[in-house]
Amino acid sequence: MALQSLDIKQRSATTTPAPRARQTVEVAKLIDVSACIGCKACTAACMEWNDVREEVGTCAGVYDNPSNLTENAWTVMRFSEVEQNGRLEWLIRKDGCMHCADPGCLKACPSPGAIIQYANGIVDFHQENCIGCGYCVTGCPFNVPRISKTDSKAYKCSLCSDRVAVNQAPACAKACPTGAIQFGSKEDMKDYAAKRITDLKERGYDKAGLYDPQGVGGTHVMYVLHHADQPGLYAGLPADPGISPLVSLWKGAAKPLATAALGLVALGSLFHYVMKGPNEVSKETEKEVEDEDVKKEKAA
Amino acid sequence: MIRDPKDLQRYNASERANHWTVGISFILLALSGLAFFHPAFFPLTQFFGGPVWARILHPYIGVVMALAFVVMFLRFKALNEMTPTDWAWVKQVRQMVDGDDHNMPEQGKYNGGQKLLFWALAASVLLLAVSGIAIWRAWFDFGVGFVRFGAVVHAGAAAVMIGLIMVHIYAAIWTKGTIRAMWYGTVTRAWAKQHHRAWYRQMTGK
Amino acid sequence: MTNHWVDIKNADLILIMGGNAAEAHPCGFKWVIEAKKQRKAKLVVVDPRFNRSASVSDYYAPIRSGSDIAFLSGVINYLLSNDKIQHEYVKHYTNASFLIDERFGMEDGLFSGYNADKRTYDKETWKYQLDKDGYAKVDETLQDPNCVFQIMKKHYARYTPDVVAKITGTPKDAFLKVCEMIAATAAPDRTMTVLYALGWTQHSVGTQNIRSMAIIQLLLGNMGMAGGGINALRGHANVQGITDMCLYSDTLPGYLGAPTDADVDRKTYVEKRTPKALRPNQMNFPQNFPKWWTSLMKSWYGKAATAENDYRYDWLPKKDTSYDVLAMFERMHQGKMNGFVCQGFNPLASVSNKKKVGDALAKLKYLVIMDPLVTETSEFWKSYGEFNTVDPAAVQTEVFRLPVAFFAEESGTCTNSGRVIRWHWKAVDGPGESMNDCDIMASLYIKLKEMYAKDGGAFPDPILNLSWPYRIADEPSPEELLMEISGKALADLPDPKDSTKTVAKAGEQLASFAFLKDDGSTACGNWIYSGSWSQAGNNTAKRDSSDPSGLGQTLNWGYAWPVNRRIIYNRASCDPTGKPWDPKRAVVKWLGDKWGGNDVPDMRPDAKPEEGVMPFIMNPEGVARLFTRDLVMDGPLPEHYEPFESPLEANPMHPGNPKARSNPVSRVYKGDMEAFGTAKDFPYVATTYRLTEHFHFWTKHGKINASLQPEQFVEIGEELGKERGIATGDRVKVRSNRGYIKAVAVVTKRIKALDVDGKKVHTVGIPLHWGFVGQTKPGFITNTLTPVVGDANTHTPEFKTFLVNIEKA
Repeated sequence: MALQSLDIKQRSATTTPAPRARQTVEVAKLIDVSACIGCKACTAACMEWNDVREEVGTCAGVYDNPSNLTENAWTVMRFSEVEQNGRLEWLIRKDGCMHCADPGCLKACPSPGAIIQYANGIVDFHQENCIGCGYCVTGCPFNVPRISKTDSKAYKCSLCSDRVAVNQAPACAKACPTGAIQFGSKEDMKDYAAKRITDLKERGYDKAGLYDPQGVGGTHVMYVLHHADQPGLYAGLPADPGISPLVSLWKGAAKPLATAALGLVALGSLFHYVMKGPNEVSKETEKEVEDEDVKKEKAA
Repeated sequence: MIRDPKDLQRYNASERANHWTVGISFILLALSGLAFFHPAFFPLTQFFGGPVWARILHPYIGVVMALAFVVMFLRFKALNEMTPTDWAWVKQVRQMVDGDDHNMPEQGKYNGGQKLLFWALAASVLLLAVSGIAIWRAWFDFGVGFVRFGAVVHAGAAAVMIGLIMVHIYAAIWTKGTIRAMWYGTVTRAWAKQHHRAWYRQMTGK
Repeated sequence: MTNHWVDIKNADLILIMGGNAAEAHPCGFKWVIEAKKQRKAKLVVVDPRFNRSASVSDYYAPIRSGSDIAFLSGVINYLLSNDKIQHEYVKHYTNASFLIDERFGMEDGLFSGYNADKRTYDKETWKYQLDKDGYAKVDETLQDPNCVFQIMKKHYARYTPDVVAKITGTPKDAFLKVCEMIAATAAPDRTMTVLYALGWTQHSVGTQNIRSMAIIQLLLGNMGMAGGGINALRGHANVQGITDMCLYSDTLPGYLGAPTDADVDRKTYVEKRTPKALRPNQMNFPQNFPKWWTSLMKSWYGKAATAENDYRYDWLPKKDTSYDVLAMFERMHQGKMNGFVCQGFNPLASVSNKKKVGDALAKLKYLVIMDPLVTETSEFWKSYGEFNTVDPAAVQTEVFRLPVAFFAEESGTCTNSGRVIRWHWKAVDGPGESMNDCDIMASLYIKLKEMYAKDGGAFPDPILNLSWPYRIADEPSPEELLMEISGKALADLPDPKDSTKTVAKAGEQLASFAFLKDDGSTACGNWIYSGSWSQAGNNTAKRDSSDPSGLGQTLNWGYAWPVNRRIIYNRASCDPTGKPWDPKRAVVKWLGDKWGGNDVPDMRPDAKPEEGVMPFIMNPEGVARLFTRDLVMDGPLPEHYEPFESPLEANPMHPGNPKARSNPVSRVYKGDMEAFGTAKDFPYVATTYRLTEHFHFWTKHGKINASLQPEQFVEIGEELGKERGIATGDRVKVRSNRGYIKAVAVVTKRIKALDVDGKKVHTVGIPLHWGFVGQTKPGFITNTLTPVVGDANTHTPEFKTFLVNIEKA
């Protein structure tokens, strides 16, 4: 998506600091699930603004269409019918990239500059640098990125980084008719969420709370949940997401250790050679063989 | 190098071709794989026509290597079974590394170290093949847990294999007169007598 | 809406019943969320399905489709028997104290005056007792057995919570909980707003559903209040505008009654529609009918309409019979129509019983379709396999398709549910050969006029003399049209207070309908839109959203009819002395010398409170009607009747009277009666509705919308799924006595089986957006299933309740 050049916090597969002269406010999108009516205006606005079109699918006996995130559907609604405290509830969650402070996708990405985290917290894919390996999918704790079947590039919500860069709210927030999607500084969004949580508690949702999981360092897409103690009710929102230890090992400690180990093997060999010299066939053995030949000739 | 008709045939043409198929594949895999593993190696993707081509080609080369390796494995499996003598050799490997091979036990076509390398490589290739399929997104879509495990195994096995191959290559360079076995297929009798005496005797009847 | 969209935010309680605002009006629904957030308002949803509105509600109660009157009557009984009414309001502002003819009564479900053969009521016994001056008699103590209040108490006492639970299937505790929440708004400083839509209108008792709620709001004192009112959420963006312009045969623009055969001359016609005040000092605003009508005739016929020729009353068509949609298709089906011009309408999909509609269209000589899209109607003659089984060779109808521009491809006004008329500007040109609807109609008119002028005809005068003042004859501009609709002076209008001055010079736009005359000196195309384009310019184009009161009364945003008033009956937001019931939400108040405040007062500006001029100025009695005689055909008070297709054999209120099973005055044509099914073959209650993802039959042509809701489905409860062996995602066949559809089953917890009169009643929910053209997966026309019967007053078809069976396909 858009290129911003002075306010980069992290860049994939890059070990030196990125340009970060420009400091911007940390932003966040707050999804108030208690005000969401599942109208999918956000899904439509996302396709319109980003000019992508999801294929017309089929009905699988639920309201969830598009049925999953795809390279063209960067945000989808997930509907869950649950019974809580003897009451039926129809929980509707807008799913998409959470824009983690500690993004698993970026950690896993092998291609320099294919994934950028801006100072404002947005984690953005730069598809022109994407090599299509799918490591971001492997790294994501929320199962968000999708690899396009047509161009093999990874796609996901950009939090409308292009709009945010010019002080516009993301298309979904702009289109949301009920104000269930709010956008602003992360601090403001937390304050707003606190008010919503107070209201929900007054309405009997004792466990209402903010979903801003610290396992990924917090997220720049947060939810107000009526049942913050059971995020799993909301179509399997992970209770305590974090970058998988396997991914951390793979793209963490393993990287320098293995590189160093291989370097040591190479250097060890070199030094072995120069210190011990080559392992040559000894003169005696050569002589033995020659002597045998002479003996043989004589016998003949 | 002058070829002497009395040199001993160590590898036939087919075996050499097989080896180099694995070898070239391995080098390509190592270069492209390292590029995805650590940003420091990312420029290596340029050898493949850029990073996207590197990503596309790597798994196919992997398939080539795995298949060629299977053939090689079947060919040399029997020759690489460890014997008590091999274990005795392995126990004394320090002397060998120090450059003193006078007291090493008598070795057949392969010494204990080579045999252990053979099995370690076989294990690495097996792990790489299975984990490689797990993370090959162009064709497969496994559960993310399996994929993550696969990614770690693939990276680990690859690092181990690269290390082993470095040892393998160095051993060939260090032990003079070795590499020609994989070029022309022959070694000198003296080379054989010094490094693989039992094999030498077997070949010469002495 | 008596109030408007933004005003919903002022409510303390929002009741959504007979509608699904979150689903069908997501943008307006923001104000519900605002009320919840800012005022801590509660949201209650009563619906057969736990729907999208219910998903964000504070309380949900299920109800059997078609039993709303029983539910609401139960609420009225609760309010009356628990004394939860706003006494002062009811006493002063409603006709609770009015005495009704002693002969009035109801016997076994039928009101006095019923004629079983004609299926009509003679309303003679429903009228007020009048005194010698012609004023209605009242008993302010509300004790007289013939006063409306006592009649109501007797009428509603029958709707006990047990009876309500038995008829509606709503669990008694849920019903009482809703009652309790509603009753709390009887306090003068608490209001409830009611949001409804087609879930109330599309029943054979649609009008009475809404009347029931109007009675509740009057008893609670919620009419005219900020955050109150009874609010019809309109379906199409401009359906309010269509209604206001009265594109129906029953009315002329501005809801003026159209003449019938019985109105032999202008005098008869006008007198019948110009009432006399029924109480002293009342404004009786409809007394101005002659001014509105005369100005309309001047607008239509210009100089050709004069006092001498009765303003050409003789040129108006006189209604001989019904021309509602069901009546038209009945006539077409009988082969009595030659041609049909179908403008922005997809009747094959939208009208009940698709088979009958298709058969009817096949009997036409020609069909003209004016639409931006390829509609099912325009393809009715074409075979689409199972979705539309037709033999094209057997259809002789000639179909003309005229592509028209979409709303964004032309300028003009849209009137929203809150009566706010808003100008919109053309965004892009329409594609290809498309033309504006108006230009097509104008070109057709000019051609017709030429033909009449050249060849003569049966009755050429109304066509030849139609006023046509547009700069480009075949392209009347939307600006010219709005100016014409708003109205102007044809002569200098003298100031009634000072004859040396004028209030408008000849040719000037008029500021409001207050200036209309019945002497031919003014022209106005629609009196209620008068002032929308004044001398100040196009008021509908105003876009100032400033809201000084904070109540959402943005008087400079667009122009609301009437006279830019945002909350109608707003005089009722004050007590009789002119003080607001709730000073924090004051809409208007008596300022000592005049009425003023945050809205245009719905009162003569200088009417002192002590004059006793009552707020409901459109009624000759000045007060609101709990008991009504005019305008309703099926009873002065609502009574529960079963839908025409009901799972119950009899009306539980009147089990012994088959005549009172369903609405006794609804019109049923021969053939349609036979097409009704019974619970024996079709045991499940079906209801049709819309989904957020689609707009009617349009958006299935759009790729994005199609991807959001791609394929036809029906919804059933888990219990019914189990009973019929249907799992979610299965393909099912849903049959009524009129046909079948096939769709994917959505088996859900959100639809529960209800216990109705000892019987388990299942609901089958059937969204209607799919058809055989468009980008979505091809589907069946949902209205294949629906019966041809409508409300007794409006003839709006009973789309919301009928019987089906369901099985795995």
